[in-house]
Amino acid sequence: MFEVSLGHYLTLGAIIFTIGIIGIFLNRKNVIVILMSIELILLAVNINLVSFSIFLQDLSGQIFTLFILTVAAAEAAIGLAIIVVYYRNAGTIRVEEIENLKG
Amino acid sequence: MLAHAIFFYFFSFVAIISAIMVTASKNTVHSVFFLILDFISISCLFIMIGAEFLGMIMLIVYVGAVAVLFLFVVMMLNVAQQKNQWFKSSETSTHIPVGLIVSLIIFFELIIIIGGWKYKPDIIKNFSDSLTSNPTNTHTIGSVLYTEYIHLFQISGMILLVAMIGAIVLTFRKREGVKRQNYFSQISREKNQGVELVEVKSNEGVKIDV
Repeated sequence: MFEVSLGHYLTLGAIIFTIGIIGIFLNRKNVIVILMSIELILLAVNINLVSFSIFLQDLSGQIFTLFILTVAAAEAAIGLAIIVVYYRNAGTIRVEEIENLKG
Repeated sequence: MLAHAIFFYFFSFVAIISAIMVTASKNTVHSVFFLILDFISISCLFIMIGAEFLGMIMLIVYVGAVAVLFLFVVMMLNVAQQKNQWFKSSETSTHIPVGLIVSLIIFFELIIIIGGWKYKPDIIKNFSDSLTSNPTNTHTIGSVLYTEYIHLFQISGMILLVAMIGAIVLTFRKREGVKRQNYFSQISREKNQGVELVEVKSNEGVKIDV
């Protein structure tokens, strides 16, 4: 209980990952919150990589966390640019009203 | 060890609660603030278990750049006051129970994996990059990142460049009535188009037309 092991960190990562997925599925508000949920999922992956890296005494996990951080920043920039363009064209970014693809 | 456990439970509790609030809060600006709180507590966890460099980078990149970018877009698009319609959405939507079921199945699968997972007993001896041989975490990452992972490092730089160009190209729009430089006509100007020699008669001056 009082000794924090690898399983604790992995459980934390699993909980945050699941919250991110729930946020994607249940979101009815706007697309920006979906992007934030994707950031949460990437954060959970980062937690897993860093905790494995620390507990296994191997540095590769932290290096890959750096690259995931880079990709997450690029993804947020591109996604927000797409959202801005869509808002300029359609006038809304509510999830229910984005139905051009009839999905 | 007790202090370590207390800090771990505190930071992970804050992280989980703020992650729930990111998805559940009514106002999008509040969601961004809870996202910032989540990143801060996770980076505190990283610093606590010995990955100081990543914790600090996480603070700089996420809290300093990404969250501010989110906040900027939320304020620019004027969507902050849209009311949240969580769980009481339109009558035809069947995706909410399906989404809950899929999420819970994913969560229990992850928990089963974590609970049933054991170390290979001699796994620590198999790795050559030891974290304890060098003085600091940053020093160790730097000594590996610029030597073994230099190609990945440069490729990630290319990814950032492509993302920057893509964001600029996507949000760029032509406006009417804005004066701008035309480099081609500026460079291809000849001398006889720009300079004109005029005979100036005395006491008459020169009429300049633009």
